[in-house]
Amino acid sequence: MFKRGILSLLALLLTFGESLAEEAQTPKLNSGDTAWMLVSTALVVLMTIPGLALFYGGLSKKKDVLNTIVMSFIAYAIVSFLWVLYGYSLAFNGDIGGVIGSLSKFLLHGVTMESLNGTIPEYLFVGFQLTFAAITVALISGSYIERMKFSAWVLFTILWFSFVYVPVAHWVWGGGFLAKLSALDFAGGTVVHINAGIAGLVGALFLGKRKDPILKPHNLTLVAIGTGLLWFGWFGFNAGSAVASNALAAIALLNTNTATALAAITWMLTEKIFTRKATLLGFCSGAVAGLVAITPAAGFVNLLGAIIIGILAGFLPYFAVAKIKPALGYDDALDVFGIHGIAGILGALLTGLLADPSVNSAGKGLLYGNPSQLWIQALSVFVVLIYDLIATGIILLVIKVITGLRVSEEEELSGLDLSQHGERAYEFE
Amino acid sequence: MKKITAIIKPFKLDDVKEALVKVGIGGMTITEVKGFGEQRGQLEVYRGQELKVDFLPKIKIEVVVRDDQVEQVVSAILESAYTGKIGDGKIFISPVEEVIRIRTKEKGEKAV
Repeated sequence: MFKRGILSLLALLLTFGESLAEEAQTPKLNSGDTAWMLVSTALVVLMTIPGLALFYGGLSKKKDVLNTIVMSFIAYAIVSFLWVLYGYSLAFNGDIGGVIGSLSKFLLHGVTMESLNGTIPEYLFVGFQLTFAAITVALISGSYIERMKFSAWVLFTILWFSFVYVPVAHWVWGGGFLAKLSALDFAGGTVVHINAGIAGLVGALFLGKRKDPILKPHNLTLVAIGTGLLWFGWFGFNAGSAVASNALAAIALLNTNTATALAAITWMLTEKIFTRKATLLGFCSGAVAGLVAITPAAGFVNLLGAIIIGILAGFLPYFAVAKIKPALGYDDALDVFGIHGIAGILGALLTGLLADPSVNSAGKGLLYGNPSQLWIQALSVFVVLIYDLIATGIILLVIKVITGLRVSEEEELSGLDLSQHGERAYEFE
Repeated sequence: MKKITAIIKPFKLDDVKEALVKVGIGGMTITEVKGFGEQRGQLEVYRGQELKVDFLPKIKIEVVVRDDQVEQVVSAILESAYTGKIGDGKIFISPVEEVIRIRTKEKGEKAV
């Protein structure tokens, strides 16, 4: 009897102890983190509409500017809906064989006012991730402008988001096989930029050259405004990826700014040496390349790492765009592959080299005694590259059968604003 | 009566206008035009690619003057539009058969 009493008491104490421990581990909403993530989410929205839309719009020909802008806007709107419908659930909820999540949170089923992701409301995490998915698809449009049917772009947005973005986001961020391998991607070097860059290249090859393939920006002022909005919004993109209002967010912000500034200066200097002109477009292109390259590394490297990444990002994409593209002859209209693809791959690999565990214990690169990280990074780049190549190719073939990919020669020459939308951007000459 | 058409560099417009007003022209018409002559085009650079642009912006000035004003007007343009560098422009002189002022219906040199 006495023995039984002691056992009952022990069991009671154990249960009590467990519930105390549970209480200590139960995450609580932190209003500081929530406030910062609300701001970050809004900042990333600004990157696409209007940041990217203006950046791309200014680079296009005068007769195609509205079509170029609306490609970003429609991608943002379609992805906004599909993300809450099934994208979030398949990317971030559950895991089937490391490949894809489950549909149990279809239409955010089960997400409540009390649900948390870490210390922020799950609804907010859904919204933050939505903006990443939307900008990734919008980025691709830069390769396809000035010749793609608008209906084909709408279909592409739906299919590519569903069959490429969602699984790749799951692999890297949603607990998929690359996450299990400890692939490092702080804010989307692989998921966003390599992914978009490769899709841009594949599409450029499928669509073929424009009748007039020269890059002759019709309004560099819009490009400059777009670049400024991208730079500004990118603080939400990268520092927001800390998913908290803390020192990690702060160093991510500082790394982002440092690398971007250096990439812009380096691109301009490189250009000055090779063409004897330091251009605004060169500065803007370098800034975007720097923003891209620091993205996977922003929360893993120290300031010296950011400086190295920035300088290389102002240098290598320049050669991809100014030398390699003309030599190979593909028509990546706005250099989505040359800038996002190349700078994304550069950033992903340099993360494996430069990740400093004193900045973030989750990442330890080759220079800090972990050579395997570089291999993991290279593997994740390779896997995403191959999958993206094949999947985007199949998607474009399907669209070619359903709607066709290109507008007619007459429609292209008269401009897509008029032929696709019945509008003209400028009524003055 | 003669019509003097001058193609000049855009930044020289103010100088030419002042010079023409000084020699007493009755009025002038200008048009923003594009074209090329010996200067051909100029090079623009976008993301490392050099792009040759054939047509350069120019200003076309048209003035109609009395025959005795021609020499004065031409030398005023020659002096004021001159930089000595390639692309300074050209002057064309052509006869004018008739001039009619719409408001007063005056004709000929009175209407110039």
